[in-house]
Amino acid sequence: MALFDVFDIAGSAMNAQSVRLNLTSSNLANADSGSSSDATVYRAREPVFAAVMNDTMSGLKTGSVRVAGVTQSQAPTRREYSPQNPLADSQGYVHLPNVNVIEEMANMISASRSYQNNVQVLDTSKQLLLDTLNLGK
Amino acid sequence: MPINFDSAFGGHDKALLLLADRSAVLAKNLANSDTPNYKARDIDFKSVLQQLDGGAGPDNLPMTTSNPSQLNPGSDASNPPLLYRIPTQPSADGNTVESQIEQAKFSENAVRYKASYTFLSGSIKGLLTAIRGQ
Repeated sequence: MALFDVFDIAGSAMNAQSVRLNLTSSNLANADSGSSSDATVYRAREPVFAAVMNDTMSGLKTGSVRVAGVTQSQAPTRREYSPQNPLADSQGYVHLPNVNVIEEMANMISASRSYQNNVQVLDTSKQLLLDTLNLGK
Repeated sequence: MPINFDSAFGGHDKALLLLADRSAVLAKNLANSDTPNYKARDIDFKSVLQQLDGGAGPDNLPMTTSNPSQLNPGSDASNPPLLYRIPTQPSADGNTVESQIEQAKFSENAVRYKASYTFLSGSIKGLLTAIRGQ
């Protein structure tokens, strides 16, 4: 019955959106984590979503969402002059992450709305299936 | 009077299975609302149901093949053809899912499912009454 597939599909989407929420929270938490060099500073992370086209490969239903990977933002990192800071480099600069807090907040709202959408789909399908159990009663 | 299930159920049994299939297709669209390059799909419910009914009206002339080895697309109503949705506002990442439209279609589909279910349930109750004779 196709309605049972909905549980897997909406579930995979909720999983993907929760990965996105996780990365957003990680970005926001580290928005001000300093570092003494550009190479080691935290960079904003973002998930890459992909649709499952062939369920024999991953075990997921065709049409589900999978997280294909996590990318790090290539935007330039920030630099702040504060020679008193123990993390400052030889020139007195502290390197700060390239996290854009406003972007992350928008991302968070979008992820939570998508998650809610899928919860709604799941709930509707569950109700329909439960009703179908009572067919003819 | 022989009871024919096909006429007793009025096609609602087939419609119920088709609506369940369609809800899975729409759930896939909603699940992939943030997936780049995902194209929204749908089933043309009306035309598939007409095919299931077997009624060839003026709008529904079945495609025939002259040779049995030819492919006959869309003739298999148990495996309805998946069409692509035309987006009203295409997005830059190639995704054609519009959540508000998919949500509307999904709830419409759920209401149709409930309607078919109610009719089917009524028919079954009617048949049971006829069997018991009371």
